Amino acid sequence: MIKEGNPIKLTGSEIIIKTLQDEGVDTIFGYPGGATVELYDHLVKSEIRHVLVRHEQGAVHAADGYARASGKVGVCLVTSGPGATNTVSGIASAFMDSIPLVILTGQVPTNLIGNDAFQEVDIVGITRPCTKHNYLVKNAEDLNRILREAFFIARSGRPGPVLVDLPKDLFKATVQYKPLKEVSLKSYNPTYEPNPRQLPKALDLIREAERPLVFSGGGVILSKASKELREFVKKIHAPITSSLMGLGAYPGTDPLWLGMIGMHGTYCANMSSAECDLLIAIGVRFDDRVTGKISAFAPKAKIIHIDIDPTSIRKNLPVSVPIVGDCRITLQRLNGLLKNEKLASIKKKRAPWLEQIQKWKAANPLSYVQAETIKPQFVVEKIYEMTKGKAIITTEVGQNQMWTAQYYHFEQPNTFITSGGLGCMGFGLPAAIGAQIAQPDKLVIDIAGDGSIQMNIQEMATAVQYNLPVKVAILNNGYLGMVRQWQELFYGRCYACTEMSTAPDFVKLAEAYGAVGLRASKPEEVEVVLRKAFDTPRPVIMDFVVEKEECVYPMVPSGAPITEMLLV
Amino acid sequence: MNSNGNDVVRKHMLSMLVDNQAGVLSRVAGLFSGRGFNIDSLCVSATTDPLISRITMVAVGDMSILEQIKKQLNKLINVIKVMDFTDADFVQRETALIKVRAKPEHRAEILRMADIFHSKVVDVGAEYYTLEVTGDEGKITAFLQLLKPMGIKEVARTGAVALARERK
Repeated sequence: MIKEGNPIKLTGSEIIIKTLQDEGVDTIFGYPGGATVELYDHLVKSEIRHVLVRHEQGAVHAADGYARASGKVGVCLVTSGPGATNTVSGIASAFMDSIPLVILTGQVPTNLIGNDAFQEVDIVGITRPCTKHNYLVKNAEDLNRILREAFFIARSGRPGPVLVDLPKDLFKATVQYKPLKEVSLKSYNPTYEPNPRQLPKALDLIREAERPLVFSGGGVILSKASKELREFVKKIHAPITSSLMGLGAYPGTDPLWLGMIGMHGTYCANMSSAECDLLIAIGVRFDDRVTGKISAFAPKAKIIHIDIDPTSIRKNLPVSVPIVGDCRITLQRLNGLLKNEKLASIKKKRAPWLEQIQKWKAANPLSYVQAETIKPQFVVEKIYEMTKGKAIITTEVGQNQMWTAQYYHFEQPNTFITSGGLGCMGFGLPAAIGAQIAQPDKLVIDIAGDGSIQMNIQEMATAVQYNLPVKVAILNNGYLGMVRQWQELFYGRCYACTEMSTAPDFVKLAEAYGAVGLRASKPEEVEVVLRKAFDTPRPVIMDFVVEKEECVYPMVPSGAPITEMLLV
Repeated sequence: MNSNGNDVVRKHMLSMLVDNQAGVLSRVAGLFSGRGFNIDSLCVSATTDPLISRITMVAVGDMSILEQIKKQLNKLINVIKVMDFTDADFVQRETALIKVRAKPEHRAEILRMADIFHSKVVDVGAEYYTLEVTGDEGKITAFLQLLKPMGIKEVARTGAVALARERK
């Protein structure tokens, strides 16, 4: 709440903290340094909770997980130079996945900028291509306005990370505090309300279609449109698939749900895209992992594309009815118009298409062969069973990520937290920490590989320090799994540099951090270990010694049409 | 997909108004290099409003690339407006400084051509004249073609600036 009144004089630090609080920030993930020590002195005396991580990359991933699990803007604070450069991977990941973050970086004093000063980097220049926008604050008078703008930009339109670089001399500078009444950027006005002339065109196509397919993505979750999506799908009685980023927007147990589409999507979803005559794309960007060979994607379909970002529309595919707008508002409008439609006969009309889909589902369901060793898919299935699909799951990247997407049938949005667009290994553990802080009463599980987990393993200290009972499930196969898979399938099993022959004993490592360590080496031990982990109110690492050379199937080889899947 | 001339690669003239702030030009240029779009020429300057600058740019690509370029530019927070002049009615000008070799037997010819093109001699040296010429792209290109046989040492061009024609 901004109070207007007699102008008062405040220091830069005080203005920053006041502005953050006015923006509703109650948690910051960070790591102090020389450039920010002055700000920290004030921060620790405020109401804002600071979570000390162990690597700045962890701070950004944690803020990212926090943002996805809470729906708020995630905030992190790091120091200049190496502190700032350590955030770049996390920022790039949030940029690709459109997550609202504000990253505050310390900077050398304004008179030293450009002088190759100690711990100086041009972080604004470095992050220009991977932030939604960024700022270097040059005057303390601008602090309030710039921070307000940063939050506004981060959370509006297509969300994204905004970086604000803060030279250290601004923290002590005393200026008149003139809080901005309202953010207004003449050059930035995202379109939320869809063009009303496009909606009837979309309805026409829906009416005519014999074999429609709904394809939803991250945009539906960011727009908080899950309820409207479910209503829409039920009304038009169409089967639905989703990109990786969209999992959870539609319940994974519903009969109309086909599973994920794309390179590691289900057989049924991929085949449906090839045979559908209408593709209703909502909050997606037609990424190459989804489309495969783009000229062969959805060849028989007219496409309706709903997205808040005009650059996503017609970037990769020509579209019959483009609709620029917020997913939730657009779906509300469509649902409203559909009330006047005669939908009774639709179920009959859909029958042949849904029958065909059932045939595809039956022909090649997701499957794996049980064995004497633990199969990684089995671990994910057990986790799903035992959590009844209600946990918050973060993943690392690679095979662990794909098996989670396939075998955990997400029921709710904001429960699947993964680095999709960038595919940043080391994301899962800090993101789980951020998610646990946002949702302290939920069970939060990071499904990881032995490669990925070591990239930000130091964050176990953060989990223990704040007693965050996150559960890390390592699918330990001793390899850089996904790359090994490619080497097996396309490079004659030449496992160049993918064998992680040396790794820590993860159980002892957990204990070294003050957490609980558990191990399962046989299938019958899996459930026991999971039960023990879930019942332990402390951070836990579970080392599942899994089959060494298991592959993710289906797989669409790079550049092939998604109908050409390797199935076993 | 498109077979109606939309995949022809050609030059497109874009004029945009942007916030007059440090780093804006870097953002626009970075957008192009980051996505592999080709910039043929770029001209930036202040407008009558001290908070707003104008960037005039010639980009190379086909219609679908141009559509992406315009959308990506509009997406930048500091870009206020993007105008595509390519198929519109507009006035375009560019200035070039040309250092041409002025052998005694060519001098008269050079001065005659300069006169025809309304070009001025702005520097005279022992072996070289520097000519200043202003006009649209066609005029500059033609002038350079005619001077080429004499021997052109250096050319500095501003890149195009343009404004839309007003309705009469």
